[in-house]
Amino acid sequence: MMKYAVRTDGLSVRRGRHDVLRDIDLAVPVGQVVGLLGPSGGGKSTLMRSVVGVQERVSGTVEVLGEPAGSAVLRRRVGYVTQSPSIYRDLTVGQNLRYFATLVGADGDRVVQVLGQVDLDAQVDRRVADLSGGQASRVSLAAALVGSPDLLVLDEPTVGLDPVLRRSLWRLFAALAASGTTVLVSSHVMDEAARCDRLVLLREGRILADDTLPALLDRTGADDAEGAFLRLVDDATAARTGSSAPGTAPHRRHR
Amino acid sequence: MNPTRTAATAGRVLAQLRADRRTLALMLVVPCVLLGLLAWMSQDAPLFDRSGAQLLGLFPLVVMFVVTSVTTLGERTSGTLERLLSTPLGRTDFLGGYALAFGAMAVLQALVATGFAVWVCGLEVQGPVGWLVVVAVASGLLGTALGLLASAFARTEFQAVQFMPAFVLPQLLLCGLFVPRDQMPRALELLSAAVPLSYAVDALGAVATTVAPAAELSPDLAVLAAFFAGSLALASLTLRRRTP
Ligand SMILES: Nc1ncnc2c1ncn2[C@@H]1O[C@H](COP(=O)(O)OP(=O)(O)O)[C@@H](O)[C@H]1O
Ligand SMILES: [Mg+2]
Repeated sequence: MMKYAVRTDGLSVRRGRHDVLRDIDLAVPVGQVVGLLGPSGGGKSTLMRSVVGVQERVSGTVEVLGEPAGSAVLRRRVGYVTQSPSIYRDLTVGQNLRYFATLVGADGDRVVQVLGQVDLDAQVDRRVADLSGGQASRVSLAAALVGSPDLLVLDEPTVGLDPVLRRSLWRLFAALAASGTTVLVSSHVMDEAARCDRLVLLREGRILADDTLPALLDRTGADDAEGAFLRLVDDATAARTGSSAPGTAPHRRHR
Repeated sequence: MNPTRTAATAGRVLAQLRADRRTLALMLVVPCVLLGLLAWMSQDAPLFDRSGAQLLGLFPLVVMFVVTSVTTLGERTSGTLERLLSTPLGRTDFLGGYALAFGAMAVLQALVATGFAVWVCGLEVQGPVGWLVVVAVASGLLGTALGLLASAFARTEFQAVQFMPAFVLPQLLLCGLFVPRDQMPRALELLSAAVPLSYAVDALGAVATTVAPAAELSPDLAVLAAFFAGSLALASLTLRRRTP
């Protein structure tokens, strides 16, 4: 039987006056890198916030590591990295990490270890305010890694990084997954799809697909994740407007 | 409440303050400058002995209120609060950490300001000088608790700073520094009983004029403690794990 780190059933979220997520059924298998992809505003961050248990006005069920999302026991088992770096800019990298390490009961050796994992050993005594945006977001990532969580929820961790760093982070995620950590990672850049074990395509608050990349390409006949996404969008549009309408032949557009 | 996480939070807040040398200097130097001014313009020494002592309770309240509300607002807007509350850190650990850190700052500020008032400006009080420090620290702790609460109602740092005059100036007028409270119109006297600064000023007045002020000022300290506990309890309600 497949074990799941995250399961949602009929998850819907209202933010302000809008239904931002609608009836999301999601299953994230343990020990995989699952990519949450889709355009900005599609609801990726909201879904992640629901999984971490910081989102209000959530209906349906969200189960994380066998517990309801947001349970107290999950607070040391789930690591969360928000989209904009949530660390103390006026403190040094080391001060930030030692603080977050203390909160989750990790020690100084662990801090050194994660600094190496995110390639920031040389910056340990620098103030976060003096770092580049990419470096700051890696400090934020390190602060989540330091507790060795079973589930890592990463909101666009690779945005603004150069290709070399991006590759090294994706390798890190794969290594973490290989050691049993589940990684739920979002991106609005479709070409990161190839790095994920599974993809969840999210658009306008609904799941378009939840599958592996090869299966997705097979199903849509597209050559890459972006093509597959566009076809699924067209299919969804066609289904809503009636597929017989002229000019909506789904598999011919965007080619 | 977890002692390790509370202490770590206090240490982190203090490290942030240490990194901001200018704020630190302002916290310690401004009270001394104002006390010096007051001493200089008070031709009549007994007047300074009383109002100088009472002023010692004002600085910590104002300064800790502003610094705490701006710092906590930063935590709310930068996402660090949301992150903290998704870790094992409890709300009481968070509030306790802030109270400890700014309590320590209040001790330092009270020692510097009281030392300056006594040794440099020649402040003379009837009661033990140590009581001045105790009341000043109590008032600083209250400022921190109120700042933690106020930060929930500000969206920007501008707003947070604006709370200071809105919140402190009425207290300053009502607390008995300008017009003794028992000489106020009845309605204002009642109103002055509702503002915490009145009790700090009253307690410091007792130290200034009484040789053994403990009995007279302990009810004041009790009221300050009640305001402190009440504000912290309200502040903890504003620390939401789930936000819209
Ligand atoms: N705090 C908020 N209040 C109201 N609506 C919000 C809030 N945050 C985001 N939204 C709306 O929710 C939708 C999904 O946003 P989000 O989850 O951030 O998407 P993504 O992360 O995919 O870019 C958007 O339409 C956005 O405008
Ligand atoms: Mg987002």
